[in-house]
Amino acid sequence: MKHGKLFAVVLLAALLAAAPLFLNAYQVDVLNSIGLYGLLALGLNLILGEAGLFNMGHAAFYAVGAYTAAILNTRYQIPILWTLPLSGLTAGLFALVVARPVVHLRGDYLLIVTIGVGEIVRIALVNDIFGMTGGANGIFGISRPQLFGIVIRRPWEFFYLIWGCVALTIFLFLRLKQSRFGRALNYLREDEVAAEGSGINTAYYKLAAFGLGAAWAGMAGTLFAAKMTIISPESFNFWESVVLFMIVILGGAGNIAGVLLAAFLVIGLPELFREFASARMLVFGLVMVVMMVFRPRGLLPARGGRFSPVTLARGRG
Amino acid sequence: MEEFFQQLTNGLAVGGIYALIALGYTMVYGVLKLINFAHGDLFTYGAYLGLTLLTSLALTDRLGFALGVLVLVLMVMGLVAVLGAILERAAYRPLRESPRLSAVVSALGASIFLQNTLMLIYGARFQVYPDNILPATTLHLFGLYLPLMRVLIVLASVAMMAALYLFIQKTRIGTAIRAAAIDQGAARLMGIDVNRVILLVFLMGPALGGAAGLMVGLYYGQINFTMGWVYGMKAFTAAILGGIGNIPGAMVGGLLLGVIEALGAAYLSIAWKDAIAFLVLILILIVRPTGLLGERVADKI
Amino acid sequence: MMEAPSAVSSRPAITATPLLTLQGLTKTFGGLTAVDAVSFVVEEGSVVGLIGPNGAGKTTVFNLITGNYRPDRGRIEFAGTSLAGLRTHRIIALGIARTFQNIRLFQRLTVLENVLAGCHYQMRGGILAAMLRLPSQRREENDAMGRALKELEFVGLRQQALILAKNLAYGDQRRLEIARALATRPRLLVLDEPAGGMNEQETEALIGLISRIRARGITILLIEHDMRLVMRACEKLVVLENGGKIAEGSPEQVRRDPKVIEAYLGTEDEA
Repeated sequence: MKHGKLFAVVLLAALLAAAPLFLNAYQVDVLNSIGLYGLLALGLNLILGEAGLFNMGHAAFYAVGAYTAAILNTRYQIPILWTLPLSGLTAGLFALVVARPVVHLRGDYLLIVTIGVGEIVRIALVNDIFGMTGGANGIFGISRPQLFGIVIRRPWEFFYLIWGCVALTIFLFLRLKQSRFGRALNYLREDEVAAEGSGINTAYYKLAAFGLGAAWAGMAGTLFAAKMTIISPESFNFWESVVLFMIVILGGAGNIAGVLLAAFLVIGLPELFREFASARMLVFGLVMVVMMVFRPRGLLPARGGRFSPVTLARGRG
Repeated sequence: MEEFFQQLTNGLAVGGIYALIALGYTMVYGVLKLINFAHGDLFTYGAYLGLTLLTSLALTDRLGFALGVLVLVLMVMGLVAVLGAILERAAYRPLRESPRLSAVVSALGASIFLQNTLMLIYGARFQVYPDNILPATTLHLFGLYLPLMRVLIVLASVAMMAALYLFIQKTRIGTAIRAAAIDQGAARLMGIDVNRVILLVFLMGPALGGAAGLMVGLYYGQINFTMGWVYGMKAFTAAILGGIGNIPGAMVGGLLLGVIEALGAAYLSIAWKDAIAFLVLILILIVRPTGLLGERVADKI
Repeated sequence: MMEAPSAVSSRPAITATPLLTLQGLTKTFGGLTAVDAVSFVVEEGSVVGLIGPNGAGKTTVFNLITGNYRPDRGRIEFAGTSLAGLRTHRIIALGIARTFQNIRLFQRLTVLENVLAGCHYQMRGGILAAMLRLPSQRREENDAMGRALKELEFVGLRQQALILAKNLAYGDQRRLEIARALATRPRLLVLDEPAGGMNEQETEALIGLISRIRARGITILLIEHDMRLVMRACEKLVVLENGGKIAEGSPEQVRRDPKVIEAYLGTEDEA
C-alpha cells in the first residue's frame, strides 16, 4: 500500500520531468502555467487550506512580488532571479501590514476585505502609484533570467525552472505540515477558541500564515515577470484570485496533492477544450456549486492523520 | 456650489441604487448569515431583462412613458424575484446545514455561473439602452438643472425603500422576517415557517436588486455583464456601513456611500473612484465592524 | 449582591495558599449583568466546585478567568499575577488550562494531534527550523509526542491516538479535552461540566480521574450539575445565582444553606 503510493508518486514525477521530451512548445507552456498556478495555490493553501482564513485577494500579493521584481530589474538592472528573495519579502511584509488590522475578522468578512485589498492594489497599479508601475500599460523590458550562465528563454527551459520551484515548495511545505507550525495552522482552522485556549497565539499564526503564503505568491510573481518580460495590472485582477481560491477548494483544502491536481484540472482542462473557451468560467461556476453540494471537502480531502504507528514509537524517548 | 449640488444629487441617485441592492444583501444576511455573492449578478439580470423587454415589447410606445416604465419595472422585479428563488433552491438550500465556507463558495460559484450565462447569451460587449425611448428632460429645481432621470431614480428608490420598511415593520410577514433574523430556532418554535421566510427574502431582495439594475440601465444608458460584481461589492459595502442585517442601515449606508463616492471622485481623484468604496469598507470593518446602526453582540463561547 | 452567610473559609486544614483569587468580578452584556461582583478564592491543591442553576453566570466566570471575556470591574489574580488585559494564550502559559462546556476539540484532527496542541506553547521551533528539519526541532517534536502519549495514557485513550477526534465516543471526547488541557502543564485546571452527557459509569471513572489529577498536585475548579460528583469530588463549593454569589463553603454547609435550597428548589433534580 505504502510502497504502491510511493511508486505512483515517483512515476508521476519522472513522467513530468520527461514531459518536454515528448510535448511541443505550446503544451510545455501550458505546463508552465500550471506550475505557476500550482506555486500560487500552494501558498494560498497555507492561508486558506491549512489555516482556514478566507483570502480572496491572493492576486494582490502575486502582483506586489511581480512588480517588485520588475521594478528592481528594469530600473536597477538587478538580475531577475536575484530579486526572488526580495520580492518574496516585499509581498510577505505587504501582507503582514494589510492583514494586521483585519485578520481577526470572521470568515466571510475577511473574504470581502481581501477582495477589497486586491482591487485597491490593482487600481493603484493602474494609477501608476509612486510613478513606478507604468499605469495600465505596466512594465516591459524585463530581462531574461540567467541560471548558471544559461539564459532561460525557451518554454522547456522555463519548465525546469518553474517545476524545480514547485518541487522545492512541495518538499518544504510537507516538512512544514509535519511541524508545530503546520499543526498550529490546523488548530486555527478547526476551532480558534479552542486553539487559543490550548495556549496557541492565534493572532500570531494568522499573520504568519498570511505572511508566508504571500511571500510564496511574491516569488511566483518574480517567475511570472521573468517568463512574460511584460507585466500589467490586468494579469492580477479579481478573477485570478477567484481561480486560485477555486483551485485550493476544489483540490481539497489542506492537501498538497489535491491542490496540484486541481491546478492541472482548472488550468489544464480548458486548454484541451479550447473551442469551448468562452464557457470556461460558466463551467467553473457550476462546478463550484455542485462540488459544495456533493463533495464539499474537495477532490482529495485533507487527511487528519500526520502520524503512523511507526512515528509514534519515536515519541517513547 | 453648483458643482457640489450636482455631485450631491448624482451621489444620491447612485446611492439610492446601492441602497436597493444593499437591501437584498442585508435581508439574506439577516436570516441566513450568508453573503449572497450572486446578488450582484441578479442585479445585472435586472438590467439585461429590462433592456430586452424594453426593446422587444415597446412598452413605452404602447402605454406611454409613465405607465410603460411602471409596467416594465414590475415585470423586471417579478422575473428577477423568480430567479432569486431558483438560486436559493439550487445553490443555497442544499447547504443550509453545511459549514459556512461551503455556502460562501457555492454563492461565488453561482455568481460566476450567472454572470457567464449572461455573457454567452448577450455577448461580452457593452449593451446600450435605446435613448429615444426616454425623455432627456432636464428639470429646473431650486436653481439647479437636474436630469429628470436622476430625480426619478432618487424618488423611486426612496419610495421602494419606504414601502419595504413599512412592510417589514407593520405586517405579520414582516414581523416573521424580523423574528427569523434574530433567532431562527426561536422563530421556528413560535410557529414561524422559516423556509417560507427565506423564500420570501429571496424574492424581495432580488426584486429590489432587479429594479436597481433597470435603473442603472436607464440612468447610464449602457450595461455590461460584469457590472454586477462592482455594484454588488459597493452595495455590500453599503450594507456593512449601515450595519449588516439592519434594513434602515442598508438604506442609510447606500445613500451615504453614493454621496461619499461622488464627492470623492469629484474633489479627490476620479481615477481612484472605485477604490473609495473599498477603502470605506476596510475602514469600517476595522473601526466599527457592526456598522453605523448595528448593535454589538457578544460571541458565544 | 447578597453576602454569603458562610463566606469564611471553613477548612483551615488546607495549606490555604490562594492560587486563584477573584475579587468583585462583574461582567454585563448589553443591559444584562451576567456576573455581579463575584469574589472567591481557590486554594492551591484544592478541588473547588462552582455550582448554580442554569444561567447563573458560571461559564461566564470561566470565560473571564481564561481571558475570553474582559471583566467590566474586578480583579483576577493567579499565583500572585494579575490576569488583567492578558490574552488567553498568555493566561494558559501562566498555568491555567480549561475544558469547554460544549466540547471543543479539533474534530478533523487525530486524538494525538489534539493533545499536541497543549504541548505547543512549550515548544520553540519556527518556520525555518521546520523547513530545515534541524536536529533540535526533531528532538523537540519527539519529546512533545512522548508527553502527549503519556497524557493519553493517563486519561486512558492511548489506544485511540491515531483516530480522528470526531470519531470518539462522547465520554472519550470529554476525556480527550482533559488530556489536551493537561498537556499544557497547568497548575490550575478549569473544567466546565466535565460529566455533562456522561452515563453513571463514565461519571464514576471521571471522579477517579479527577482525584488522580489532584494527586499530581494540580488544583481544580469545576462547574458541574451532577450533585453526587460535586459532593464527592469538591471540598469547597461556590454557589452562584443570577450572576451573584449566594453561598460558599463545604459541601455540607452549602447543602444546608436555606438560600441555596431556595435557589435550587424545583429547578434542579438532585437524583
